[in-house]
Amino acid sequence: MGKIIFYILAMAILVFSVMTVTSRNILRAAIYLLFVLMATAGLYFMLNYNFLAAVQLTVYSGGVVVLIVFAVLLTARMDHKLEAVGSLKSVASILLLLSGMGVVLWAIMGYSFVPNGMAEGAHDVKAVGMSLLSYGSYGYVLPFEVISVLLLASMIGAIMIAKRYTK
Amino acid sequence: MYNFSSLTNSIHEFLAASLSPTMVTVVEWSIIGITLIAFVALSVMGMVYIERKVAAFFQLRIGPNRVGKWGLLQTLADFLKLLMKEHIMTRSADKFLFNLAPFIIVIAAFLAIGAIPFALGLHIMDINIGVFYISAVSSIGVLGILIGGWASNNKYSLIGALRSGAQIISYEISALLSLLVIVVLAGDLQLSAIIESQRDGWWIFKGHIPVLISFVIFLIAGTAETNRGPFDMAEAESELTAGFHTEYSGIKFAMFFLAEYVNLFIIAAVGATVFLGGWMPFHIGNWAAFNSVMDYIPSVLWFFGKTGLIIGIIMWFKWTFPRLRIDQLLVLEWKYLLPINLVNLLVVAFIAMMGWHF
Repeated sequence: MGKIIFYILAMAILVFSVMTVTSRNILRAAIYLLFVLMATAGLYFMLNYNFLAAVQLTVYSGGVVVLIVFAVLLTARMDHKLEAVGSLKSVASILLLLSGMGVVLWAIMGYSFVPNGMAEGAHDVKAVGMSLLSYGSYGYVLPFEVISVLLLASMIGAIMIAKRYTK
Repeated sequence: MYNFSSLTNSIHEFLAASLSPTMVTVVEWSIIGITLIAFVALSVMGMVYIERKVAAFFQLRIGPNRVGKWGLLQTLADFLKLLMKEHIMTRSADKFLFNLAPFIIVIAAFLAIGAIPFALGLHIMDINIGVFYISAVSSIGVLGILIGGWASNNKYSLIGALRSGAQIISYEISALLSLLVIVVLAGDLQLSAIIESQRDGWWIFKGHIPVLISFVIFLIAGTAETNRGPFDMAEAESELTAGFHTEYSGIKFAMFFLAEYVNLFIIAAVGATVFLGGWMPFHIGNWAAFNSVMDYIPSVLWFFGKTGLIIGIIMWFKWTFPRLRIDQLLVLEWKYLLPINLVNLLVVAFIAMMGWHF
């Protein structure tokens, strides 16, 4: 049962990723991207890593894709089509894709995966929160604070851009 | 108190005795799915009927009273009518996205309803991040509105979609922050654990004034998130001719309509579970005799009673207040609700740290 669902999700990810980059309608591309991200969240749910799946749904599906769609709504027109890709470009990108896939497959097939011995449910919200705010080993408090400074900076920047100057 | 898990376990054992494990899973999934769809269809019809009656009483009318006793079959008749209507397709619409939009919004609603505890032991998926999961999947629903409004290729629809996008994205923050207040007090995201933490009293009584404030904020944000009046600028029939679903007809319109009421139910159910104890009976501290008397009322009645109460309050909102303007709406969220919410969360974190709550 799990296998069937995994293959359905994997197929969805593959097909919709290709459709995302080949679609000539920008809003459709955004929606195909939404399907890819939701199928990835499904994979996380299958791995019993519910927290990451919910983060994926909130941040990517509910946040990034909504922002993309919102920006498209504000700017693009219905009949606007992205220009078609030339044949030389598509041949080159297919070759590049195949060689990249070959390298990745070669690396994954040659690697012997070993279980890391982490207990079931070690990734629950409490553990994530603890390691996010601890400064011991595997503590992430410094990156956490640096990222919050970055977010603050971008928020101030957005306010400055949106602010109307009266001279 | 009757525990529904004895019923579900007996069904599981009955199936496991005669079928292979894979088939048992498939059959159980089908049972859950069909039950959920039937429940949603019936409860939405009930809610539409109640809403029309409530609106009528507020406006000194009688409301539906022709089809069946007290007009009880009116919504069934309306539903059948919607099923049989023609699918009108505008020629310049983006057909794929136009047809996809109702499905996205309905799927998001159904994903969220799967995590709601209906009674003791009647909980489809008790996921360990319950509150977060519900807010995560319901954040996808807004995409249905955005896409539907854009794909209709119609100015009214586009404006409706843009308004509802701005509105839902802003009010999601308030809804989640007001739920976080209870998460801080209960110390868990799992819905069953939050209910269990209210065994000696519901949080709205145990958590002093800050919880009351966050309950009010949750009701306001929930009303805005479901696009209901007084926050219904996204459809605003008098100025936008129904906004994002202007071009939809027949069953596709019915799906938007269904999703609106399912979302109303979800907001009310989450509010009832988190603030009012879900299926937990009305308990007071360690008054053992009083508590055991309350336990005689079935858990499913407690849940639906509280959910119905919140639905009633939200309907009362809708028929009492006039519609806001979009700028008033955004000012209300970003200048009032959000700062109040953040300060409130800080106060509650301090209360929880000092152990001052009951």
